[in-house]
Formats: sequence, structure tokens, C-alpha cells
Amino acid sequence: MTAIELLSRGPGRARTSRHPAWRGAVAGGLVLLIMAGAALLPPAWLDLDIHAVGVPPGPWHPAGTDSLGRDVAARTLAALSVSVTVGLTAAIASTAIALALGLAASMGRGADHVVGVLTELVLGLPHFVLLIMVAFATGGGTTGVIVAVALTHWPRLARLLRHEAQGVAASDYVAVSRALGRSRLWVARHHLAPHLLPQVVAGFVLIFPHAILHEAGLSFIGLGIEPHLPSVGVMLAQSLREIIAGHWWVALAPGLGLVIVALAFERFGEALRQAAAAPGGTG
Amino acid sequence: MSWARPLVLGRLVRLAWLLPLAAVGLFTLISLAPIDPVQAYVGDRTALVGSDQRAAIAAAWGLDRPATERFGAWLGGVAQGDLGRSITYDAPVSEVIARRVPASLALIGTAFVTSFVVGTGLGIAAATARGGVGDRILRSLAVVLSASPGFWIAILLIAVFAIALGWLPSCCAAPPGLTLAEVGIGDRLRHLVLPVATLSVVGTAPLILHTRQRLVVFLDGPAAQHLRAHGLTERRIAFGAGLRHAVGPALNLHLAGAGELFGGSVLAETVFAWPGLGQATARAATGADAPLLMGIGLSTLLLVFCGNLAADIAARIADPRLRHPRP
Repeated sequence: MTAIELLSRGPGRARTSRHPAWRGAVAGGLVLLIMAGAALLPPAWLDLDIHAVGVPPGPWHPAGTDSLGRDVAARTLAALSVSVTVGLTAAIASTAIALALGLAASMGRGADHVVGVLTELVLGLPHFVLLIMVAFATGGGTTGVIVAVALTHWPRLARLLRHEAQGVAASDYVAVSRALGRSRLWVARHHLAPHLLPQVVAGFVLIFPHAILHEAGLSFIGLGIEPHLPSVGVMLAQSLREIIAGHWWVALAPGLGLVIVALAFERFGEALRQAAAAPGGTG
Repeated sequence: MSWARPLVLGRLVRLAWLLPLAAVGLFTLISLAPIDPVQAYVGDRTALVGSDQRAAIAAAWGLDRPATERFGAWLGGVAQGDLGRSITYDAPVSEVIARRVPASLALIGTAFVTSFVVGTGLGIAAATARGGVGDRILRSLAVVLSASPGFWIAILLIAVFAIALGWLPSCCAAPPGLTLAEVGIGDRLRHLVLPVATLSVVGTAPLILHTRQRLVVFLDGPAAQHLRAHGLTERRIAFGAGLRHAVGPALNLHLAGAGELFGGSVLAETVFAWPGLGQATARAATGADAPLLMGIGLSTLLLVFCGNLAADIAARIADPRLRHPRP
């Protein structure tokens, strides 16, 4: 259970949460801003500048420069766009795996057992250790990170979807539908899909922040995105040497950017999940 | 404790099929890796090592045989307590793990206790102040912390406390250049502070939110109302009956997340150059050290297993209703 999930349950909420659309707009706007900013970024801003080595934050370099004279703000923007791309790809793949396995598990007992064993195996190792193993198996790099994140984030959502699908399959209205001669496909489209769709969307949005945080962690220890590409993990790994010289700003911007993106999506996903779980809600 | 035996037995049965499956899975994953261990071992010395020597190294590690045969050989070794030989540390895997477990355990254990005390305490404080400013600050803090990468927090801690203020060391488990006997307990504790603080953050945030949420339900319920009618102050209710009410589930959640602490320690130990198992994990992965990775994978599997079992036992001790689940 993630921390944020716990926030919403039960009474004692300080204020009713905002509409998911608001938070979705914030999260989506943030992503658009990052992607547009990174696309419009003049490539020269990412270059080395030996005349501006280790400059603290100021009007010319809002987040300072590193020991090679690279602008930290520009690099952070480029790195975040890589993070977002990797995170979105991996989260989509992981959601697809969760959906496939969740549905498969609700089909029959045999499949249910197989999915159960797979889930146990994936949850049997600490999450980050498994990420390392898969990233190692795929040889690291951007593809490796995407595969590692995709293959390790599905169990929670798969369990939820399996539970939901089984609930729908056992419900009276499905029994009535079947008795009235509706085909399995019709039932799946008209009863199952509307039930699962909000959960899938919320699950996807909640996987995304974990995906980008884990991507950064893998890149940080050197198993992730290639070091020559701008990425938050690599920037932070390099910043380790620079903060010894007192250049704290090299570490500040990349981490902060990552936290802001992760936070926006966690809040958006949480609002979606609440809406999806609400009795008689938008589902 | 009649309820404990079936629980433990059931779990051991599960472990009995989980462990071999995990071993096969891990071995498959690791032998899929496209990284050439010989190249990773040779590294910068490429010019000094010819193709004959490479073939000799590969043969010495048994890399020239097919994967199934290597798995058989590895399994035979494991049956005799031999986990193979680590490439990066040039020592038996079991020795590397045994030498590094104490440092990791000290780090993870301290962080476990710290985050439990801090998380539960702050959660209760937030619940007591529910709806108020303190509650909102604590919850925002917990939410932000849970979305922050632990290694970034570690870097910020180093920047503030080790570099800017110069209060605490930023590296290693002891001052460099001293033998083990020369290192005092004070030095050890000073080196422990920042890594523990980093690692505690991982476990604190969910605990704050979980404890607060449970306690809010309790404080708004009839039992707390009853205590209030007896004239108890809000604080005494929260930290007396409320604490007893919240501590069991919190411990359950915390123990079940113990494996994640190890995941966090991989990053924390890398940042602080802490000589533990986490650092070895990162090194083994970047150095293509397949035997060590296998050993670490299986040890952490056991760690997660023990954490989950301890969590379930703690939950049953705290709440007798769970001991005999209705069939």
C-alpha cells in the first residue's frame, strides 16, 4: 500500500479533496510544459561553457552550473523530459501487464494460481533489488530501465483488477445478463469494462510516479539511462562529487524537479482512485 | 501460542516452493544479461589481457558451459553451502555476504526503530491535531517525503550537515585510516546518523499517514468519547489508549515493509559509501558479478519472508481476533 492511498480513507479528512480534473490538469500541464520546454530548448544551452564553471544560481543561470560549466536548469529540463518519456512508456506497459494478468486470473482457477505464484515471486524480493536484477538482465540502458520498471510494478494493480473482475463476474446482474442470452463478449463490454476502466486509469497514473522515481534510482547506481544522456539519476550521481566542493545547487534542481512531477501525479492518481472507488461515483 | 504453529508451518511450506522457483527465475534473469563478466572483470586492463587469457578466465568461472549445466553446478554447490565465488570481491559469496551483513543490519535496524518511533509519534500527534495547522503540515510533509527519492534526500543531508555545517561525516562507517580497534563507539554513532536519517525517511512517511488515519477513527469513536467523559485530556487519550490501539497495525505495516528498507539501503549505502550489503548489490550489478547477485537475491528473499512472517505474528499478538480466522 502506498502512503498516499492511506490518506483518503475514512473520516477525519481536513477538507474534501479537489476534483480529479483539477489535479489532472496540473499533472498534464506539467508534463506538457516539460516536454515543450525540452523540445524548444536551444541545444547550445546543454553545452559545456568553460567560462561559467561552478557558478552559483544567479540571473544568467537560475539553477547554477556544474563543474563542466553546464547549465543545471536546462539540463534538469532535458532530464525530466527523458524521465517522463521513460516513465510513461514503462507505466503503460506495466498497466497493460496488470490488466492482462488480472483478467487472466479471473478466468479460471488454474490461471488464477499461475498469476498468484507470479505475484508472490515478484513481491518476494525487495522491489529495488528486483529492479536491479531485471535491469542487469537486460543490460541496463534506457530500454533496460523501461523493461525493469514495466515488469515489476504490476502486482498491486493486477490484484485489484482480479478482485474487481471476480466481483463483477459473480454479480447478479451478470448472471441475469447471461440468462437473458447475452454473449460473454457483450457482458465483458457492457459490465466488466465500465467497472475496470476507472481502476485501470487510476492505477496507471499511480504507477507513473513510482516509475520515474525508480528510473532515477537505477540511473543513479549506473544501471539506468546512459550517462551521456541527461537524466536525473545520472545528474545526481555526478553531483555527489560536486557537493563536496560546496556546489549544493547542482543537486537541488534535478531532485526538486523530480519530486514536483512525482507529487503532481501521485495527487492526481489519488484523486482518480477516490473517484473510482466512490460508491455510485463516476465509474 | 497455539495459533503460531500453523502460521509458521504454512509459511515454511510456501517458502519451500517459493525458494526454488525464485532461484530458477533469478538464475534465468542473470544468465540473460548481455554484459560480459570477463570484460567487466578486465575493465581498464583490456590492453594487458589477450584472447587466450580471456578464454582461460571464462573457463575458470565455468562460463564456457551452457546455462543449464552451470545452474546444476551452482545448485550442487548451494546444497553443500557453497554459493560460488564473487568476481568483484574475489572471495566466496557467503563470506562477502557474512562480512557485510552486520554493517547493513546496524543501518537497517537503527533506521527501522527510528522510523517506527518517529512515524508513530508524528502520526498520533497529527491525529490529535486533526483538521488543524499541525495536522496539515505533518500530512503535507509525509506526502512530499513519500514522493522524494531517498538518495536525493541523502545528498541534501550531506550538503547541509556534512559540507555546509561540518557537523557530521559524509562517508563510510568509520573514519578512514583507522583500524577497527581504534574506532570508538562515538565515531561509529556519528557515522551512523546521516545514513540512518536517510533510510528512516523511507519508512516514516507511510507510518505517519497510516497511524494518523487509524487514530482519527479511534478518537472520533465511542471508546474515546467514553474516556473523554471520564475527564481524560485529549493528549492522554491519544498517547494512552490511542497508542495501544494504533501500535499493532503500525508495527504490522512497518515489518511488512522491512524488505523495502533494504531496497532503500542499496541507494543510501551507495551515497554514503557504507560498507554493507546494499553497496555490494550495486557493485555486483555494475560489475556483472552473477554469483554475488544470486546470493544477494536469495538472501533478500529470506529477509522479505522473515519480515512478512514477523508482521503477521505481530498483528496476531496485537489483535487476538486475527489468531483464529473463520474458515
